[in-house]
Amino acid sequence: MIRKLGAMVIDGVWRLGFATRFLFLLLRYSGQSFLRLHLTLREIYFSGVLSLLIILVSGLFVGLVLGLQGYETLQRYGSSEALGVLVALSLTRELGPVVAGLLFASRAGSAVTAEIGLMKTTEQLKAMDMMAVNPIARVAAPRFWGGVISMPILAALFSAMGILGGWLIGVAFIGVDDGAFWSQMQAAVDIRYDIINGVIKSFVFGVAVSLIAVFEGYDCVPTAEGVSRAITRTVVSSALAILALDFVLTSFMFRG
Amino acid sequence: MANSGQEALVDLRQVRFAYGDREILSGIDLTVHRGQVVAIMGGSGCGKTTLLRLIGGQLKASAGNVQVAGQDIGALNTGQLYALRRRMGMLFQFGALFTDMSVFDNVAFPLREHARLPESMLRDLVLMKLQAVGLRGGHALMPTELSGGMARRVALARAIALDPMLIMYDEPFAGLDPISLGVIGQLIRRLNDALGAASIMVTHDVAESLSIVDYVYFVSDGRIVAKGTPEEIRASKDDFVHQFVHAEPDGPVPFHMKAAPIGEMLMGEGAR
Repeated sequence: MIRKLGAMVIDGVWRLGFATRFLFLLLRYSGQSFLRLHLTLREIYFSGVLSLLIILVSGLFVGLVLGLQGYETLQRYGSSEALGVLVALSLTRELGPVVAGLLFASRAGSAVTAEIGLMKTTEQLKAMDMMAVNPIARVAAPRFWGGVISMPILAALFSAMGILGGWLIGVAFIGVDDGAFWSQMQAAVDIRYDIINGVIKSFVFGVAVSLIAVFEGYDCVPTAEGVSRAITRTVVSSALAILALDFVLTSFMFRG
Repeated sequence: MANSGQEALVDLRQVRFAYGDREILSGIDLTVHRGQVVAIMGGSGCGKTTLLRLIGGQLKASAGNVQVAGQDIGALNTGQLYALRRRMGMLFQFGALFTDMSVFDNVAFPLREHARLPESMLRDLVLMKLQAVGLRGGHALMPTELSGGMARRVALARAIALDPMLIMYDEPFAGLDPISLGVIGQLIRRLNDALGAASIMVTHDVAESLSIVDYVYFVSDGRIVAKGTPEEIRASKDDFVHQFVHAEPDGPVPFHMKAAPIGEMLMGEGAR
């Protein structure tokens, strides 16, 4: 039992060290991702553009639910006009970055891990290395930056769709005053304090999810089972990382 | 040894390789000259592929010296190793084609990465390489549309895209039908002669290999146990070579794995 626990801890520390070294190599070889922009643009398309549907639809539904729940509570205190503020702050500060991050990890993170893992299993990475092409520079770095760039944009779009959902429920269906909805939102939402902090959060989540996704793919055991385990680890570790980082960032950003 | 007058392109001296305490290779002496096709043969797990990885610089020898084109592989930094690898080609067991690229783009990959050529010249070069392996007509296909033999031929075209001085083959005949097997065998020989390169292939296909190679090394338990020209190998009285060449189930490589006497195991505690 103690031996097993010790082995788990050693393995965990070893992997953390390896992941840190991997991040260092990713950053070192990132130049090519930007010099040969088409590689990164391709990954922005796969990670970002192809995640748009799930992000937009989920954002809309989250906004619809926020609108319903928010109105139900606010109208008890006679402040249903503040619905716009509630929806906008919830989305830009928290739900936008966090839920978009979780969806991004499930949709794009898992796909990146699967792709790199399968490339490893079928010796494509070794073949690249033998052709004097660094796989970290050619395969991992563009996928990492594709995710890092996509994530804040997806989170912003998620929040925008959520606000639209809140407006649909609050203003179009329930009948909250349209002017009050937007003007109160405009007055209460601060660009630096609320929006920029939300963007910073989504950027940090993008770095975490993308690093986990490329690392798990690169480090997987090159078998069918190994790839499947790596995909699971990507989704689980990303979700935990997002929630933990969210707590840390929130405690620094929004201290009242 | 055939072609011994030619320059020694690959030279291994007293090479040892181990993962921790587990020794994989020891006391390996091996030389490959320009113009030669050399086979490294041996049973599964005997360390043949590890030898290829040592020559390609994917692994570093625990002891001894691995020299390729006069350079000590173990002493090279990443940049120098990559510069040397641009002059090497490697065919992996199942081709290792990039599945998101067409046949054309797979062969064009090393050219696009390392040679700044106008697109029209690159197209001509790629089509010529594909012509050499008989697959010019399949340039627009995706790897998933190819048979095992065709995928191996495309991978071969990719391996020779930069006209390498050394081509390495990891089990080039594994899983091929007799026609594809013959085609790959002839291509290995013809391309090596046309490029004036040296080829090293790791294989256990005795019949096909002996018909095309100049020299053979037999590896067993991480050591070179026999070597010679195909004629010498066929005439060899060595027990291991005889067992391997004639595909005998028992001999120096035993049919049974090491175990306690059967009576002891059947009647012993473990059986109950």
